[in-house]
Amino acid sequence: MRWAVIVFPGSNADTEMYHAIKDVLDGDVSYVWHEETSLEGFDAVLLPGGFSYGDYLRSGAIAQFSPIMSEVVRFAEEGAPVLGVCNGFQILLEIGLLPGAMRRNQQLTFLCKHVELIVENNQTGFTSGYEAGEKITVPVAHGDGNYYCDDKTLGKLKENGQIVFTYAKNINGSIENIAGITNERGNVLGMMPHPERAVHTLLGSADGAKLFESMEREWRERDVIRT
Amino acid sequence: MLSVHEPTAQQIYDECIYREMGLSDAEFAEVETILGRKPNYTETGLFSVMWSEHCSYKHSKAVLKNFPTDGEHVLQGPGEGAGIVDIGDGQAVGFKIESHNHPSAVEPYQGAATGVGGIIRDVFSMGARPVALLNSLRFGELDQPRVRYLFEQVVAGIAGYGNCIGIPTVGGEVQFEPCYQENPLVNAMCVGLIDHEDIQKGVAKGVGNSVMYVGASTGRDGIHGATFASEEISEESESKRPSVQVGDPFMEKLLLEACLEVTKHDALVGIQDMGAAGLTSSASEMASKAGMGMIMNLDDVPQREENMSAYEMMLSESQERMLLVVQKGREDEIKKIFDHWGLAAVVIGEVTDDQRFRVYHKGEQVADVPADALAEDAPTYYPPSKKPSYYETFQSQEAYQPKVENMKEAWLSLLSQPTISDKSWVYQQYDHMVRANTVVQPGSDAAVVRIRDTEKSLAMTTDGNSRYVYLDPYIGGQMVVAEATRNLVCSGAKPLALTDCLNYGSPEKPEIYWQLERSTEGMSEACHVLNTPVISGNVSLYNETQNGAIYPTPVVGMVGLVEKQEHITTQQVKRSGDVLYVIGEADANFSGSELQKMIEGDVFGPVSPIDMKQEASRQQALLEAIRAGYISSAHDISEGGLLVTIAEKLIGTGLGADVTLKGDLLAEAFSETPSRFVVSVPTEMTESFENIVPEARIIGRVTDQSTVTVSDAAGERQATATIEELTEAWEGAIECYLKSEV
Amino acid sequence: MITVQVYVSLKQGVLDPQGSAVKQSLNTLGFSEVEDVRIGKHLTLTIDAEEGEVDIEERVKQMCEKLLANPVIEDYEFTIEEVVTS
Repeated sequence: MRWAVIVFPGSNADTEMYHAIKDVLDGDVSYVWHEETSLEGFDAVLLPGGFSYGDYLRSGAIAQFSPIMSEVVRFAEEGAPVLGVCNGFQILLEIGLLPGAMRRNQQLTFLCKHVELIVENNQTGFTSGYEAGEKITVPVAHGDGNYYCDDKTLGKLKENGQIVFTYAKNINGSIENIAGITNERGNVLGMMPHPERAVHTLLGSADGAKLFESMEREWRERDVIRT
Repeated sequence: MLSVHEPTAQQIYDECIYREMGLSDAEFAEVETILGRKPNYTETGLFSVMWSEHCSYKHSKAVLKNFPTDGEHVLQGPGEGAGIVDIGDGQAVGFKIESHNHPSAVEPYQGAATGVGGIIRDVFSMGARPVALLNSLRFGELDQPRVRYLFEQVVAGIAGYGNCIGIPTVGGEVQFEPCYQENPLVNAMCVGLIDHEDIQKGVAKGVGNSVMYVGASTGRDGIHGATFASEEISEESESKRPSVQVGDPFMEKLLLEACLEVTKHDALVGIQDMGAAGLTSSASEMASKAGMGMIMNLDDVPQREENMSAYEMMLSESQERMLLVVQKGREDEIKKIFDHWGLAAVVIGEVTDDQRFRVYHKGEQVADVPADALAEDAPTYYPPSKKPSYYETFQSQEAYQPKVENMKEAWLSLLSQPTISDKSWVYQQYDHMVRANTVVQPGSDAAVVRIRDTEKSLAMTTDGNSRYVYLDPYIGGQMVVAEATRNLVCSGAKPLALTDCLNYGSPEKPEIYWQLERSTEGMSEACHVLNTPVISGNVSLYNETQNGAIYPTPVVGMVGLVEKQEHITTQQVKRSGDVLYVIGEADANFSGSELQKMIEGDVFGPVSPIDMKQEASRQQALLEAIRAGYISSAHDISEGGLLVTIAEKLIGTGLGADVTLKGDLLAEAFSETPSRFVVSVPTEMTESFENIVPEARIIGRVTDQSTVTVSDAAGERQATATIEELTEAWEGAIECYLKSEV
Repeated sequence: MITVQVYVSLKQGVLDPQGSAVKQSLNTLGFSEVEDVRIGKHLTLTIDAEEGEVDIEERVKQMCEKLLANPVIEDYEFTIEEVVTS
């Protein structure tokens, strides 16, 4: 399985995303600079955290126009897995692969700490390794993580089981404690918490590892069907 | 042609215009002697910034030379962007601390943000990859609205810059004291990792080599920032707002990545940050260090504003700019790297062999001065020194003895003092986990950052306790260094070296200069005994307002090496049944303590001396015990004394403790006598532990109860507090102040 | 030359925590008459074109919808001014 970590100017959690794949899966992972135009040969795309283009204007707003992003959209539309974490999630919202938008944290300040998440849906290609309703500990580090969508969209998210992770305790004002959602098809996941920073007990939690393991298992199973 | 608004050389002399720029009459005369003529406006500007205290250390050079700067591990001492120490296996760690006090006093968000940006550039200009940021902050008391504003904005500024650029802010300290009300201290430290062969220097070698400018374009921001930082803060400072620079952390992130690539390229000869005094300092220092000269054409400098004069460009402190010297003919190879990161690198001059720094603008030569004269020939002052009367008074007083009727009440009150209480409101605004190497997060004695692909980790801390330095500069100076080493040892690290930030009032006042002299003597003595050389640092003088000077505030940033991951130790107790030990005896002197401050509203009295040899041997024994695996948690006793230390060890663990105090109960509970530790040891290890640390004394045991009991030697209960009560007192005290209405 | 002033604000009904904080602060400072504060962005675009040369209004609208505002949470409006250059 080949993993691509997309690097934008201002990405800064790209290294831990890369190392998470190495450390958890001993996986075949490469950095892909935002000016590239092809994802040929990759099986999964990871959009890391950071401050792409300084998050100037709005978080993720400018990065959506990077050359690689039209390829990421095509990749997602083909049903291949795309994971956006933190700034990666914000970019997925801006480009419209996921519904809704991010606002500034309700408390107006950046928040970095380990938080408890609830796995709301373990029937996805990202969460099959977790128990339904499992509580996991994963760090957050964001200033704009206050998720918003209108009632109609929220209704659809619920109906389709697109709400994958919620905060056990609301930390930033997000509606319905939403921490992570997928698209309708379930192959694109955006989440504010950082599973890639939670892959070793030395760093305070290893609960994020199962997410990457789930992705690999899903790919393997699909690959078996394909061949 | 010179701008019509600029005074002529004769006018500068006749009307003493140089004084407004910060040069004294004698200094101006010295400039005339060096040049053999009167300097023009631009040249006067060059000398005024380069000879400011901030750039030349003219009032502090004499005391700085007392610091030990050598050691077996030191690869680079003071004088470059950052000092560097060896950590074995071809790797090294580079670090430096720097102040941004004056800019933060007038524009706290940008002042703090650009302070962080500047120190990061100092570290990556050496070729080191920045891996962690720390800071040391001091403000007035939080009951003042202006102080709350400064505090909130400074924290937001540090967060804004560090989070965006993606370097974890892993540690720091915050203290509150009335003397900082109008003059907050904002000291920022950056730690970087580097392989030996990649170490770069800021030198302009090789005649004909090209001088290249890269990064943000030059605007009028921060003109005279360096001289501003060397003046007292007055009401006029507020109107100096345009002097404060604005930071662009996104630009710096690109600059950081590009420069780290460039420093591995063999076409690069030298590289230096354009920090204080901008183009002037970077260019003249690089030429001077190499014994060379430099020609610079300002028409080629990227400019953000129109019609900038040579004076303005040379003195601009626009942020996120670097100056490079590149082998002649290989400029395109360097340009290509910057181009990938969307940055333009342009040639603005070349290295010459005439040791002169010559600047051209619009076809005219606007400056021609010896490079050394700017960078090296600033005068050294030996100001008069006088023991202040307050010190004589304190020396004649008895050691302070507080009256405490209720031990538990005093204990809970101490925990809720802003200087002691929980700082999570601050550090949760900093991304302290980015890069996923932060093993010990803020809130313990020292932060620990692992070094990927090795067994090693770096422990780091910033420390200062200006109350003691104020009461007794010599002893206080020793204590600052000793506390930093204690914090590292408690984390399982061997202290390697330190960087210092010396924050004082005006050195032209004999009493202040005496504080500077005595405290640095104390620090030097401690550095010698504890084997921690000073490898970099910064001096911030003139921290005064009309209400007087700040306490003398030397701040120490220190880095230690944890050799194996299993040695990493935190302050929090790990399991019920472990035995609690105290190492070191308490002295019944409360002068300078948090308890004195809390009861009396001020600090006074004589400080007990610190035995540095004992300090060193205790630290050595403790580190040995940690490495042997006998210790499950370690924490030094500092502000608030033993009971506060114990509370900090328990909060958040779900465990409690039964503690027995001996001798003078008050001293045992609340004295801040240095060189002391509280550790927890698993029962099966106690014998081995006691063999290594024979002076350790059992004071109790960790329990699975949710209470802490404190008894005296006779078994009589002196205080009982639930963990919930302790947590409630300690948590949220700062937020509570910030939310209080005006 | 044409100058375009673009104002981007959060849609009515979307919580504006910055605005609430500023309102609170103004009230505390004694400006009790302030009932609501909404914070937005103000962008000034300098465009190299003459009035009538291209459909400026349509172009700016596209800019707003494509990048300057996020239609999920933000509204925008703009004014076009001709600048006389000497």
